[in-house]
Amino acid sequence: MTAVGKIKNGLLVFLKYFSLVFFSFIAILPVVSCVITAFKTNEEYQSTNVMTLPQSWLNFSNFTEAFQRANMGRGFLNSGIVLVCVLAGSILIGTQLAYILNRFKFPGNGLVRNLFLFATLLPGVAMQVSVYSIMNALGFINHLYGYIILMMGTDVISIYIFIQFFENIPVSLDESAIVDGASYFTIYGKILLPLLKPAIVTSMILKGVGTYNEYYMAQLYLQDKTRLGTVATSLFTFTGPLGSQYNLICAGVIISLLPALLIFVLCQKQIYSGLAAGAVKG
Amino acid sequence: MAATTKQAAQPRQKEPFNLIKWARSRKGQRSIIIVAFMFLPLLLLFTFTYLPFGEMFRFSFYRMKYIGPKKFVGWDNYIQVFKRDDCFGALKLSLYYIGGALLQLVIALYLATMLSFKVKGGNIFKGFMFFPYLISGIAIGFIFKFFYTRGFVLDTVLQWCGFELDNLPYWLRDQRINNMSLVATSVWRYFGQNMVLFIGAIMSVDADLYEAADLDGANKFHQFIYIILPSIKTIVTLNVILSITGSLSAFEPPYVITNGGAGTGTYFVIMNEIAHVSQKVGLASAMAIVLLLIIFGATILQKLFFKYVFKDAEDENKNAGIRREKQLAKYRAKRGLK
Repeated sequence: MTAVGKIKNGLLVFLKYFSLVFFSFIAILPVVSCVITAFKTNEEYQSTNVMTLPQSWLNFSNFTEAFQRANMGRGFLNSGIVLVCVLAGSILIGTQLAYILNRFKFPGNGLVRNLFLFATLLPGVAMQVSVYSIMNALGFINHLYGYIILMMGTDVISIYIFIQFFENIPVSLDESAIVDGASYFTIYGKILLPLLKPAIVTSMILKGVGTYNEYYMAQLYLQDKTRLGTVATSLFTFTGPLGSQYNLICAGVIISLLPALLIFVLCQKQIYSGLAAGAVKG
Repeated sequence: MAATTKQAAQPRQKEPFNLIKWARSRKGQRSIIIVAFMFLPLLLLFTFTYLPFGEMFRFSFYRMKYIGPKKFVGWDNYIQVFKRDDCFGALKLSLYYIGGALLQLVIALYLATMLSFKVKGGNIFKGFMFFPYLISGIAIGFIFKFFYTRGFVLDTVLQWCGFELDNLPYWLRDQRINNMSLVATSVWRYFGQNMVLFIGAIMSVDADLYEAADLDGANKFHQFIYIILPSIKTIVTLNVILSITGSLSAFEPPYVITNGGAGTGTYFVIMNEIAHVSQKVGLASAMAIVLLLIIFGATILQKLFFKYVFKDAEDENKNAGIRREKQLAKYRAKRGLK
């Protein structure tokens, strides 16, 4: 390699690492500043600059206070219930629908696919104007089950992940099971569903994070916050009179994002591949 | 599978219809499972997507609240949408979000390219930049209210870089800059996710291609233009379309950070307020319908545009192929002559 070439290469390496470090810094700065502030006592928070490190990294008083004030115990319980029900429901429904759409040719197959695809074009916030009146008519407002049913029905991306996965499972498997006298229910439940596990894990993670973070519909349909708050909506406690006590707010925010962080650290690969799978078709 | 179905069904054809026998036959089972497995998803889709869609269309012709009497007003709500300056005028803010979305795509593409080369600690960088995508919208609202507060995080960091606090604007109050501050939060949240999508597409390129390019002495820039870009054309296009329609329906940043105050109310923030605070359901429905039409229009136009652009490119490729064939033929002919 020539001297000029070496310099050029060196510049490229520098540029590469510089931009990666720069954008990583931007990505974590807001969160890191929150962590710093969450460990400060009230006096510290008022007297020091926000970026000054806290005196003690063991000062968890803000976390306990935020947890109690925002009733986050209840929030975690409700979020847990919602998560379990929504995930179980939407995976059952999603895999069944994907099975039908992928394995059977029947009039209306294409129409059903298009109906689901078109639904993704409708922006959720706009739809809530009239979904609200339907939820009201069904008596679903202020009930956990109403919110759960609503959340189950609005997922197209996992259906597409499942359909894609079914495409890679050979049909000969179904056929030999049919020869052995298995019913379609058995084929779906005993043969295909276990094979679908990786896709189910992927869609559970994506849908799980989405459901856990959902707050707009939650605050619209679960208005009784003391009883029905989720982790996300419990953060609304910090608007109003508590609105400037940022050491407390930051602690609440950090608590609320810990589960997502944990899932992310454990399941990075599935999250990335799941996103890619959803993006190509969705 | 088709053969077994026929075999099972044929011998019974002449008998009178028997429900139990039909239900036991393959054909019957097939129909039963199709109906059984499709009933719930379609019911949910209908109840929470298409029924509301129809209802919204109907509501848009009434003056009404969620509870109480309705009054038919014809096109009145639609006229209002265009007349009130807080409604249609709010769409102007979408320009900020479109700008931000395009910037975000460029950043994501740049970083994805950088990460597709050999990088030490690549996964850690990727993880840092992706993580904002997993934070809930409401938490992001608090984080950035804090971040932008006078004298807090952003101001401190800028002071480290040599700026004077007195020269810095109020990020969320100053109307010249507050929309950009909000757009920046959206870029912050999504650039890592876009980047991950692009990396996935780049990785699907055959590694041999890079090797061949290296052997041919192509530099990194050429590799980007001739190998990476063509291979991720589809996903980039898809993201451009998504980000423009997404910008038209921008909602979260102003909703959670400024609540639409100080001139940051986008179309949907205002619609949300009209629907759920002032409960002018008819007007809000008309607003939603108008924006949906605009979004459909924009989507179709963009699809046509990209189809047109890519058709040219494909023709060029084809022509180039034909040209190469011709040259090859000439070359062979020459050699043959010798």
